[in-house]
Amino acid sequence: MPAKLILRDKTYEVPHGITIKQALKKLDISAEEVIPTREGELVTEDTRLKDGDVIRLVDVISGG
Amino acid sequence: MRCRKCGKPAVINMRHHKLALCKEHFLEWIVEQTERFIRKYRMFTHDDKVLVAVSGGKDSLGLWDVLWRLGYQADGLYIDLGIDGGFGYSNQSKELTVAFAEERGLKLHIVDVAASYGATIPEMARLTHRGKGKPCSVCGLVKRHEMNRIARDFGYSVLATGHNLDDEAAVLFGNTLTWATGYLVRQGPVLEAAPGLARKVKPFFRFYERETAAYALLRGIKYIYDECPFSVGAKSIYYKKLLNRLEADRPGAKLQFYLGFLRAKEEGLFAQRAEEVVETLHTCPVCGQPTSAPGKCAFCRLVERVEETKRRRELSDASP
Repeated sequence: MPAKLILRDKTYEVPHGITIKQALKKLDISAEEVIPTREGELVTEDTRLKDGDVIRLVDVISGG
Repeated sequence: MRCRKCGKPAVINMRHHKLALCKEHFLEWIVEQTERFIRKYRMFTHDDKVLVAVSGGKDSLGLWDVLWRLGYQADGLYIDLGIDGGFGYSNQSKELTVAFAEERGLKLHIVDVAASYGATIPEMARLTHRGKGKPCSVCGLVKRHEMNRIARDFGYSVLATGHNLDDEAAVLFGNTLTWATGYLVRQGPVLEAAPGLARKVKPFFRFYERETAAYALLRGIKYIYDECPFSVGAKSIYYKKLLNRLEADRPGAKLQFYLGFLRAKEEGLFAQRAEEVVETLHTCPVCGQPTSAPGKCAFCRLVERVEETKRRRELSDASP
């Protein structure tokens, strides 16, 4: 089962087994602009995605 | 990845510092570093009364939380701009700020712009045709005026804002692209007090936005996640994204850019310009705040225009 990355209202499926960093690169999402969390806990971008993992990405950019 | 201090699983990796930390040590690190910056840049002491401008966002609430934990006399100021955006933006951010202050027993001043001056920020922009369809310049003018007014009226010697490194680097980048030397000479983590103006400081100015966000999340601070509805397409966000692309390839680039600028200023980069910019400040006859030209300040002129326009519309609606 693929892993899911959720950023705001968008859900992306990525293969499990890759790291979050690799997944972000695949999706062209800047690692500088998000904080990955799994089950409410912060995880670092070298974390390898497991089967069925759901990673919520917290968008950090503010401004205007 | 493991915490550099204790070996437990890290929750954040700060590539620019080559430092990964667990939750406990990261929260400690943010507090320690904030204290270090406050002292290094001589921002304020424990004897100062500090007013923290809070918007309900992660940076300002995070800053207030840190100052509270460090034992500073820090009260908050929330300015209700009256922005709805289809999801009650100002109402939500106010509720979160009030809840934050209540949980910690902190004093919070609230200024309701519509109640005080007869119009919300978007209404003021429409009534005065200022800002080309976006109320951002009105917003900035009103916030600066009100922050200074509350600081002055309630005896705060220091006004602190939650600006982080990404904010500062984006502003620096924008000002450098246009060589806005007037702004560049004034940009920095500390703006000294002047007659009628409180000292302004940015204790979070060396933290990346990811770090301030991580702090708020790990501390369980509930902040407004949605951005101001008028920030869509803002230049500052565009610049931040550009700088983040650079940072991805060259960790530390944003920090080096900004700290390098501060060093260059210290070494006299803008010395001549600073001498030329000798601002003679006048006092606004209406509100008593400093203004760069004789007569009423820009804020009082704005409020006057809002009142006049509303009066004219009422008369025109009332006439047969």
